[in-house]
Amino acid sequence: MEIGLGHYLTVAAILFTIGIFGIFLNRKNVIVILMSIELMLLAVNINLVAFSSYLHDMVGQIFALFVLTVAAAEAAIGLAILVIYFRNRKTIAVDDVNMMKG
Amino acid sequence: MIEALAFYLFAGITVFSGFMVISSKNPVHSVLFLILAFFNSAGLFVLLGAEFLAMILVVVYVGAVAVLFLFVVMMLDINFTELRQGVLQYLPIGALIGIVLALELVFVVTSGAFDPASLGAAVQHATPAVNDVNNTDALGRLIYTDYIYVFQAAGLVLFVAMVGAIVLTHRRRAGVKRQDIGEQLARTAGDAIEVKSVESGKGI
Repeated sequence: MEIGLGHYLTVAAILFTIGIFGIFLNRKNVIVILMSIELMLLAVNINLVAFSSYLHDMVGQIFALFVLTVAAAEAAIGLAILVIYFRNRKTIAVDDVNMMKG
Repeated sequence: MIEALAFYLFAGITVFSGFMVISSKNPVHSVLFLILAFFNSAGLFVLLGAEFLAMILVVVYVGAVAVLFLFVVMMLDINFTELRQGVLQYLPIGALIGIVLALELVFVVTSGAFDPASLGAAVQHATPAVNDVNNTDALGRLIYTDYIYVFQAAGLVLFVAMVGAIVLTHRRRAGVKRQDIGEQLARTAGDAIEVKSVESGKGI
């Protein structure tokens, strides 16, 4: 049985949906929300690499590399914000983040 | 046949561990399942012929990002059971949106709009033959020629993220003794030593 582009796109679609679902499911826990975002970026990377492989075009892999870079930077900044937020408020519940609501 | 078997193994474990990331009660387990998902997608990348990205995924994601998550989860003293409350309340709307999105994505994927044969004209930088150049070499040739400015911008993004993370989390504590070179150099024999004449029979 031949594994085609559609198989990889389906895996990426399922993973992306799981990421979205995770954000809705764990609406209070910022850490799991950040992990869901990582899952969604991983799904995007699988899409890019699958297209790159099946179209024989290297550019997809280069863009996957840049997505990886931005994901690493985003995780670092997000966790830093999480740490100082926890230091100030002693909780990470998203419901309590309403100081800037005005 | 072997390739199909490997694909289904890697894809199945990736999807399963992705689901466990969002559904496990303990966030430490979530992080560990995230690491498993990253490892198995690295396997998928190897199947697709992107060895360099697979190794980068293992090194950067598993080695840096996931460990960072693990550090934060273990370092912060958080009551996770409290955060789990109300999960069932969001389950219906989340499931509804998830199912709609999944159906749309599957519809797009199976519509045949992404048939590799019809997209062939869009290729910009064709992958060189595997026998001539390996994946890492081909990627490097492209990054350091046509995409050098984007590559520098990516480095800048990482640099700004590093500076931002340090600035955000760094704090000066009161009462910590540090070496102050200026203060040390400003000290002279005049204000370091005090000569007192002690009268006999009395203390100071």
